[in-house]
Amino acid sequence: MLAPSGKIDRRELTRALLADRGGMLVIAGLGAPAWDITAIGDSPQNLPLWGGMGGAAMIGLGLALAQPSRRVLVLTGDGEMLMGIGSLATIAHQAPKNLAIVVQDNEHYGETGMQETATRHGTDLATMARGAGIKHTMLVTEAGDVPALVKAAREGDGPFFGVVKVDAGNKPLVLPPREGAILQARMREHLMGPQAHLA
Amino acid sequence: MSHSTVETAPDAQADWPDGIYALLKQYSIRQVALVPDAGHSRLIKRCLGDNELRVVTLTTEEEGIALMQGAWLGGERSVMLMQSSGVGNCINMLSLSSIHRTPMPMIVTMRGDFGEFNPAQVAMGQATQAVLEAMGTLVHRADRPEDVLPTVEASLKLAFNTFRPTATLIGQRVLGAKTFGKD
Repeated sequence: MLAPSGKIDRRELTRALLADRGGMLVIAGLGAPAWDITAIGDSPQNLPLWGGMGGAAMIGLGLALAQPSRRVLVLTGDGEMLMGIGSLATIAHQAPKNLAIVVQDNEHYGETGMQETATRHGTDLATMARGAGIKHTMLVTEAGDVPALVKAAREGDGPFFGVVKVDAGNKPLVLPPREGAILQARMREHLMGPQAHLA
Repeated sequence: MSHSTVETAPDAQADWPDGIYALLKQYSIRQVALVPDAGHSRLIKRCLGDNELRVVTLTTEEEGIALMQGAWLGGERSVMLMQSSGVGNCINMLSLSSIHRTPMPMIVTMRGDFGEFNPAQVAMGQATQAVLEAMGTLVHRADRPEDVLPTVEASLKLAFNTFRPTATLIGQRVLGAKTFGKD
């Protein structure tokens, strides 16, 4: 679970979040979260994003409202979450019980040269989520707290918003399919069967 | 200052907002994303009063593009209601539809258009159609009340039959221009 720096390894965190996932659907923000869910195992239940920065949480909201019987996990980075931070107010207002958002907070823009984000300089995303009206939040800095985070994200009453401080080191790239029409169609087919393509 | 001045709200006698509501039902819309606009106020009230429609009030319009992506992923149809000034907020997020081929119908009330009073509305209003088209959106305008419903219906059909963003622009000629009592 720990990187050599002593901080939580984001891929191990992802592995813990997705272990025995059952019917859980996952939206991954562009960059590291998309590579991480793919490294754990590509699946029709995954939508790894190649773009739409700032939109991951809202895609999760639309999906969670459309599929109330499924747990929806949005796994994203601190830069992506900061760009769409207003959506936390929208999500708090809608209050979907089946939506969890987990931010892998490495305090850097990892895909663009490791420039520091605002979370490196005091911005606390979990506090912002509480301020937006999301009642269940968690900030995790110790590996020992990861199981409680996983339980809250997987089983707790949503909306849940968790922030995990992770090691900023690069991991091997594991790229998902790049054809977005396939990524979308395969999740729709998983949920609705072949009828999905006749809607 | 006239107290009867209302921001670009359609004539109380106009029945096209009710007609749009009926079209949303006819086309099985389940999620309605919106940033409130006076031109849509009657339609928004109808949507809020319908338990089968989920109204999602956004903090900015780009959230609505992402919401429509998620709704379609989960098998539900959605639309976004907004004012033309919000179109600029959607530009990059519209790439989601291009990436995934997602239906994203938008119903846009115009500002900065026919008879505009407020200089701040003109830049975005005049750029609205060009910006949407630059991002691959099929755009149709309605500048007469009788054109609103056929245009909205065509935009819904185009979005869901051909998997792309579409927009109906409802002109200020239909809505009337806000004058801040200085007409």
